[in-house]
Amino acid sequence: MNTTRVARRVRYSSAPGAARRRRRRWLDAAAHALFLLAAAAAAAVLALLLRDLLQTGLPRLSWAFLSSYGSRFADRAGILAPLVGSVYVVLLAAAFALPVGVATAIFLEFYAGDPASPTWLRQLNRILQLSIANLAGVPSIVYGLFGLAFFVRGLALGRSVLAAALTLALLVLPVVIVSAREALRAVPPSLAHAAYALGASRGQAVFTVVLPAALGGIMTGSILSLSRALGESAPLIAVGAWVYVARLPVSPLDSFTVLPVQIYHWASMPQRAFQEAAAAGILVLLLVLLGMNGAAIWLRNKFQRKAEW
Amino acid sequence: MSATAAGSRPAAEGHLTADRRRTPTAVRERLLAALLLPAGLVSLITTVGIVVSLVTETSRFFALVSIREFLTGTRWTPTFEPARFGILPLLSGTFLITAGSALVAVPMGLACALYLSEYAPDRVRRVLKPVLELLAGVPTVVYGFFALTAVTPLLRRAIPDLDVFNALSAIIAVGIMILPMVASMAEDAMLAVPRSLREAAFALGATRLEVALRVVLPASVSGVVSAVILAVSRAAGETMIVAMAAGATPKLTLNPLESIQTMTGFIAQVAQGDLEVDSAAYTSMYAVGMALFLITLAMNLLAGAVRRRYREREQP
Repeated sequence: MNTTRVARRVRYSSAPGAARRRRRRWLDAAAHALFLLAAAAAAAVLALLLRDLLQTGLPRLSWAFLSSYGSRFADRAGILAPLVGSVYVVLLAAAFALPVGVATAIFLEFYAGDPASPTWLRQLNRILQLSIANLAGVPSIVYGLFGLAFFVRGLALGRSVLAAALTLALLVLPVVIVSAREALRAVPPSLAHAAYALGASRGQAVFTVVLPAALGGIMTGSILSLSRALGESAPLIAVGAWVYVARLPVSPLDSFTVLPVQIYHWASMPQRAFQEAAAAGILVLLLVLLGMNGAAIWLRNKFQRKAEW
Repeated sequence: MSATAAGSRPAAEGHLTADRRRTPTAVRERLLAALLLPAGLVSLITTVGIVVSLVTETSRFFALVSIREFLTGTRWTPTFEPARFGILPLLSGTFLITAGSALVAVPMGLACALYLSEYAPDRVRRVLKPVLELLAGVPTVVYGFFALTAVTPLLRRAIPDLDVFNALSAIIAVGIMILPMVASMAEDAMLAVPRSLREAAFALGATRLEVALRVVLPASVSGVVSAVILAVSRAAGETMIVAMAAGATPKLTLNPLESIQTMTGFIAQVAQGDLEVDSAAYTSMYAVGMALFLITLAMNLLAGAVRRRYREREQP
């Protein structure tokens, strides 16, 4: 759009006349109020959600709730097993997704994306970018179906922590790759050039200079993607997060349950006491997520200040 | 370390194949590249794996049920006799939720975006934007709980004979879920509009509303449209809210007051059960998943195409 077209659009609306001008100002003020209202409504929903949860869940929150297993009796049910299960699954997913994601980002930024690379590599680069972009839009329940067919049954891992962690790892991989690439790109090229000038090879420049400089950004992105993994329930229902688990998962092949799935099951029960347990579980989940987001923001600020090269 | 190794001139030669030397650095470099390549291939393999697993299981389903019945049947009763596998009720349920939530989220999301990019003072913006991001980070199971325990009782006060499980609650909750997505992506697109365009309009005496609607919105239309499509695609694939609030009654209806079932809701329901792996009901889960995958893929590709096409036109 160029300036002439702007001029035409605006002139169309600015016929002379005081009444007309007043009407336009009034419209502007009304729109301002309307837009502000929409934004305020979004914030109000968040407040309403929180108030509701605190009212229902807070009385239920106790040490006993955190440290007991699930139960058929709502007032005795606790979240120890799903809490431990969530931590286990998400940490294991991180152990798979982060190295692969960062390696992919480095590969795309410094190897495959190079205009001087051989043709097949540049074609691979295009295909990879396309598949990453499309993976990011695949509904999470479809990942669950894939995990069920491939990890649970194909590789015969069963309905285990490992199968769930692998499924979640693939689910967050596109997010990890994209944020790691952004972090790598934020490092000024002059740093790598300085390393090359000193005779460093590409690998040395990337791993000793660029990667350490990008680490803050990579960690921020990783924490955010893990907080997404922590909140996922649909794919884990598909790969079989069991509801009543009376012991903690020890081996990666043990059955398990996770916090969001436990919340889902409690919320689906008709009894009021289970609703309270669900609300209390949500409070715990949100608290953990808030902690992770806070850590991500803290990291970002910390590294941003340092990053004045 | 040899300073003349090809690795020291990265821009000049393709790295993975160029360096045939056997200096320690060169060997290490090749090893490194050999380690990075398989990591990069994981996402490609995942894409292929998803498609292959969906296609394999779907073909097992179509060995039991005709494609014709699947695509044109109006009854979906996979787990009881007589078993019927017409996907239209699930499609109508998904469409109802998707279109309804778009009606909630798109106008409000665009209003939020316009406010944030054109009206909000910097101080307000710095508070509101994180609040939106916080809303975007809330797990969907929480929105499902919200729909069930807050939205439905509220609606039932207004409409007494509303089902406990109904499409309307789910529509509202899904709308709230995708609202921050619409707002934040649309605002990014609006912020990318050069300031000179706004200044030109203001210089001609335009009000802020005129600048917003006649300059900023048209200039950012591709980004805004692709944000909307992506958010709608997210709504179509959303599972937990509909599984919790919309019910589990596949019905060919567009009445939001009834209990319905969506494609995702059906998958979640069957995945929880203990159906025999070879049964038609079990494999139907994959056929539905395949349909869902194709629909969301089409929307995501469309969103990408909208953005790309515009970018090409704007460049000169």
